[in-house]
Amino acid sequence: MTTTIEPPELISPEEPGGPDGHTPAAHRGEDDHAHHQGPTGILNWLTSTDHKVIGKSYMITSLILFFIAGIMALVIRAQLTTPTASLVSFQTYNELFTMHGSLMMYLFAGPFAFGGLANYIVPLQVGAPDMAFPRLNALSYWLYLGGSITMMSGFLVAGGAASFGWVSYAPLSNATNSPGAGADLWLMSLALTGFSAIFTGVNLCATIFYLRAPGMTMFRVPIFSWNMLVTAILILIAFPVLFGAVVMLFCDRHFGTHIFTVQGGGVPVLWQNLFWFFGHPEVYILALPYFGMVTDIIPVFSRKPLFGYKGMVFATMSIAALSTGVWAHHMFTTGVVLLPFFSLLSYMIAIPTGIKFFNWIGTMWGGQLSFQTPMLFSIGFLFAFLMGGVTGVLLASPPVDFMTHDTYFVVAHFHQVLIGTAVFAGFAGFYFWYPKMFGRMLREDLGKLHFWGLFIGFWVCYMPQYVVGLDGMPRRVAAYLPSNGWTTLNVISTVGAFIIGASFLFFLVNLWVSWRHPIPAGDNPWDGGGLEWFTTSPPPHHNYSQLPPIRSERPTWDYNHPEHRTIHAGRHVKPSDTPSEDEKVGASS
Amino acid sequence: MRIYGFFLAGIGLFFAIIGGVYWFTSYEDGGFLMLVGSALLGLFPGSYYLWWSAKMKPQADDDPKADIAEGAGAVETFPSSSIWPFILGMGALFAVLTFVFGLWLAPLAATLFLSGAIGATVESRRGGAAGVAASEHTASEHTASEQTATG
Repeated sequence: MTTTIEPPELISPEEPGGPDGHTPAAHRGEDDHAHHQGPTGILNWLTSTDHKVIGKSYMITSLILFFIAGIMALVIRAQLTTPTASLVSFQTYNELFTMHGSLMMYLFAGPFAFGGLANYIVPLQVGAPDMAFPRLNALSYWLYLGGSITMMSGFLVAGGAASFGWVSYAPLSNATNSPGAGADLWLMSLALTGFSAIFTGVNLCATIFYLRAPGMTMFRVPIFSWNMLVTAILILIAFPVLFGAVVMLFCDRHFGTHIFTVQGGGVPVLWQNLFWFFGHPEVYILALPYFGMVTDIIPVFSRKPLFGYKGMVFATMSIAALSTGVWAHHMFTTGVVLLPFFSLLSYMIAIPTGIKFFNWIGTMWGGQLSFQTPMLFSIGFLFAFLMGGVTGVLLASPPVDFMTHDTYFVVAHFHQVLIGTAVFAGFAGFYFWYPKMFGRMLREDLGKLHFWGLFIGFWVCYMPQYVVGLDGMPRRVAAYLPSNGWTTLNVISTVGAFIIGASFLFFLVNLWVSWRHPIPAGDNPWDGGGLEWFTTSPPPHHNYSQLPPIRSERPTWDYNHPEHRTIHAGRHVKPSDTPSEDEKVGASS
Repeated sequence: MRIYGFFLAGIGLFFAIIGGVYWFTSYEDGGFLMLVGSALLGLFPGSYYLWWSAKMKPQADDDPKADIAEGAGAVETFPSSSIWPFILGMGALFAVLTFVFGLWLAPLAATLFLSGAIGATVESRRGGAAGVAASEHTASEHTASEQTATG
């Protein structure tokens, strides 16, 4: 049941390449496919410890949950189209917005990034044969799948699914106000998926720390993998707090404790402190991986090295560190938090985020831009996240927050941030790495239709919500009065939501066409520079049998473009950093 | 290895400073304790790495001029497939369902969980032995990767 992995051999830049200068697949371990004698079919899915199989399982599961949560969103928007619509009951509406938020936050946005794409891509990017702990990796997936089934099964029990919002505020979430098994299933789901995330965080840290190929120093690790390392540490800080809070709430509900209830001497606002100590870093646990995807994509489609590599790394670290010190900006209106402290730290996050924007634009500046689907989604991310970020700066101001708290202004801000990252940047990453994962291309025309539908629907859906929020429309309401004057804006918002929904039909058609009529991708269809583009598409069982010399952040690009190898990140590389004569003549292990 | 040490110790230092500022401006114990916990989370492993990095020679993956050949030797013993993570995961699933639906699910949860734990441990011992044997062949060229535990 075990395979001992020998490290890949050095491959020389002078060895014969194809007519385009790319390495023949056989050099990169294509024959290794034959060496893997494992189970096939469903037994392979149940027993595989290969990071690529697990990564794909995560992606498929999280995308299914994304579509379920998206359908819930469309029902919610349909309900709000007219003031007193009766499409669903108020109780069902509460369940729908709770489960929509929970599925998107806990079961899609995070797992798609750090369970799916990171699982697949990080070992490839650092030159590792697998994750550091392959069986722990498989266990993470099964806990995630179990947690997802547990949460969804709330719809099948008496009393229905959880209906207290994705933040589960006490005392609304106690046994008196939210009786029934649906709420308990929701809590248990968080316990399972929380451990899944923690195990994945441990695995990512160990993989990036210990399994990097020789020459892959920390400051040559691609930014996506850097961001996953920082995200993994954020997970290790935040998720144990959530688990502790969930256990305490469960004890309050069933074992007679009064941790969050005033009657027994407890403190309800303690739940908010614990939850948001997890919850705000969680926003960046969801955002940083997607920043990393965009940072890897933009240079490829700008035909330039990344502008400000180290600036990006330190900006990521700064964002992550500050994000854990701002949890109570979600609690300004409780009146029991230190407003200047949390407001100041929240403002400060804008500085490293601004550095990132500057570097993304700097990377594109003067480049030979190519607007293929991954690049379009990345540019869409820049616009969407900019709007969500700017309104976030507004909300960091306590007076503005007092005015807009629990209104649709916050809903619009939050969705622009998360759709900007998890959807625009997430699908940028999916379109970018799909050829590597499946060895076939997605269609450009369908991808562009998907993008434009999403981009137009996004603005039509959320801009009216800012206005209606400023006019006082509260969030989490299933009806409003005709005299409020919110109907027109809600109709526009609903139209936008359905445009977004329709855009994903192009994505599904694209997948189907790609599956039925494959266009082979080749190993490096975008002329990418990261190590993942050196191996075959899809990669063999343990990723590589040979590797190029790693002398920069773009070893594959260096290998495929020897004519440019002395120009690196806008500067000339010191002679001592260029490959030695031994490497050039093909020394190997 | 030094860079991991500075990275993690830096996280710890940041939270220690922020925690101090927070305490002396708010005297709120819940948030302060969470910040102290985060500081320790960075300081413990960070100081451990820094201590080890002072005693060890630089590793190939920290050397900007390292050859791929320097990673020669067994990288690790990786299980190609294993049913035990699935069994453990199902055990965990039924364990949490026991809290929701009652103790009648506990025997099933315990059976799955224990068999998964025992199976994975036995499998680890076999894999570990294979890993040691493989490492012995290439003992002269150990890398940091070789010291990573089997998953």
